[in-house]
Amino acid sequence: MSLSVTDIDEGRLRMHQRRKRVNVIALTLSLGAMGFGMFWLAWILFETARLGIGGIALSVFTEMTPPPQADSGGLANAIAGSLVMVGLATLLGTPIGILCGIYLAEYGKKTRLGYVTGFVNDILLSAPSIVIGLFIYALIVAQVRSFSAAAGVLALSLIVIPVVIRTTENMLSLIPNALREAAYALGTPKWKVIYSVTLKAARAGVMTGILLALARIAGETAPLLFTALSNQFWTLSLGEPMASLPVTIYKYALSPYENWKDLAWAGVFLITLGVLALNIVARVLFRNKT
Amino acid sequence: MDNTVTGSRPPERSRRQPWADRLFSIAAHGAAWLTLALMAGIMVSLTISAMPAIREYGLSFLWRSEWDPVQEKFGGLVMIYGTLATSFIALLIAVPVSFGIALFLTELSPHWLRRPLGTAVELLAAVPSIVYGMWGLLVFGPILATYIQQPAQAVFGGVPVLGALVSGAPVGIGILSAGIILAIMVIPFIASVMRDVFETTPALLKESAYGLGSTTWEVVSKVVLPFTKTGVIGAIMLGLGRALGETMAVTFVIGNFNQLDSLSLFAAANSITSAIANEFAEASPGLHQASLMYLGLVLFFITFVVLALSKVLLARLQRNEGSRA
Repeated sequence: MSLSVTDIDEGRLRMHQRRKRVNVIALTLSLGAMGFGMFWLAWILFETARLGIGGIALSVFTEMTPPPQADSGGLANAIAGSLVMVGLATLLGTPIGILCGIYLAEYGKKTRLGYVTGFVNDILLSAPSIVIGLFIYALIVAQVRSFSAAAGVLALSLIVIPVVIRTTENMLSLIPNALREAAYALGTPKWKVIYSVTLKAARAGVMTGILLALARIAGETAPLLFTALSNQFWTLSLGEPMASLPVTIYKYALSPYENWKDLAWAGVFLITLGVLALNIVARVLFRNKT
Repeated sequence: MDNTVTGSRPPERSRRQPWADRLFSIAAHGAAWLTLALMAGIMVSLTISAMPAIREYGLSFLWRSEWDPVQEKFGGLVMIYGTLATSFIALLIAVPVSFGIALFLTELSPHWLRRPLGTAVELLAAVPSIVYGMWGLLVFGPILATYIQQPAQAVFGGVPVLGALVSGAPVGIGILSAGIILAIMVIPFIASVMRDVFETTPALLKESAYGLGSTTWEVVSKVVLPFTKTGVIGAIMLGLGRALGETMAVTFVIGNFNQLDSLSLFAAANSITSAIANEFAEASPGLHQASLMYLGLVLFFITFVVLALSKVLLARLQRNEGSRA
């Protein structure tokens, strides 16, 4: 009798130990995966900083993109081009995105149009950005027969729209219905409820969405390759090809010239810094207001 | 508002507000229709632009492998293969790693560390792809060639299949490099969606399992994973959609070589996105451009299917969550 009990106990103990062992192995692997992911992040950021900071000088911001193997030169026209195009694209895309987000959250809930729009928007959100470039090329560049910054702005704004729609809808959906009902009960018309109650309450979240959209398009290269193309010279005219930071980096990184490669690293460093800063600001803004 | 109410108001005010109301509603509806029109516009304009190539080759474009701009002969097989192969390698690496990260972030990590680590993963997802591409070309590629390919060639050199897989000049570009860079890029995407998906498991379910004496791994594999199955697959599909459509990270390291004459993972190849990125601006407006548009259309179609599937699966998880909560 007592013998069999110890047998059972031993069996239980063995099973217990086996389960514990499996658990330890799985959790170690999980820890390893976390370390693996962080390792690449650290490595990429470290190399970007190491190779980028060396190239940062005042001339990067004041001088134009140089010819190959020149002694000096900077990225001034590319930085200006990026600022212009990203800024205009955000100005163009944000109102449309916010309006559509308002539609999804305030008008289209549980309607067929609302469902389809939400679905299509999620697909546009992750659609390959190079396809957006092809679309704008076919729509505008091929018709006008010239590359232009305006086409680049349009391509980028098409990437802004879905990002802003998604965050606006999510943020408006977080606003409690009681707030809307209270406003309606005071006799407020719907547009005013949306404009001065729900949208105002969701302001921080909507701002976050706009900043995230900005961060997203600041690093986009593919949609600019055959819309805005690039330009060696300083221009702020929307009718001409315009240089941008990502396209310049792309061109310079693949070139065999040392001075171009150094500038490409400096540019990559600037872009990474800018995008990470925008992301962090967006997060802090959102956390403080909600 | 009702007519009975407007009777008691000053007339000009009651007239102005329904007007503003209607305008606002029209604008919001218009924006929704605009989004739909955008989607339709992309499909229609790509199809029209690709028409010369569609008429010339029909569906055989998908399995013709020659790509010769000089003689104006085009087929998409090499690029389609490159896109699928790199994405497959990327998922092979990214899925287990992302699962591990999501598991770590939801069950294992101390509470004070969850937020910073989760944010770090999300920030990794925000780094522009051109950064990954440049790093891959100038930093990672040479290391891969020196420390992985050359030793592998020394070991497998004479072996039939394995030897062919690692053959080629050690320059660090090709399908494998592109796949690895893509994996590093999509890991944060998949991991952060998977973490959100894992967090939808009701605490009650997990606590019951822990209460019965389950180990952490048993809770994850027997409670969390079955509960969130569709969401996990949705997260993977989302990552796949990203990998398929990624341009810059791939273009830098894949080598842009339009022939499929070697099995090697280290041989220069091409993908749909990098072929478009490299050739489109210089392509002559005719069959060449139309063929690139055709490739774009194929890519858009593939990603559309993958993303639609991921959306449906993630939505199903949400519905379940609602009914069980």
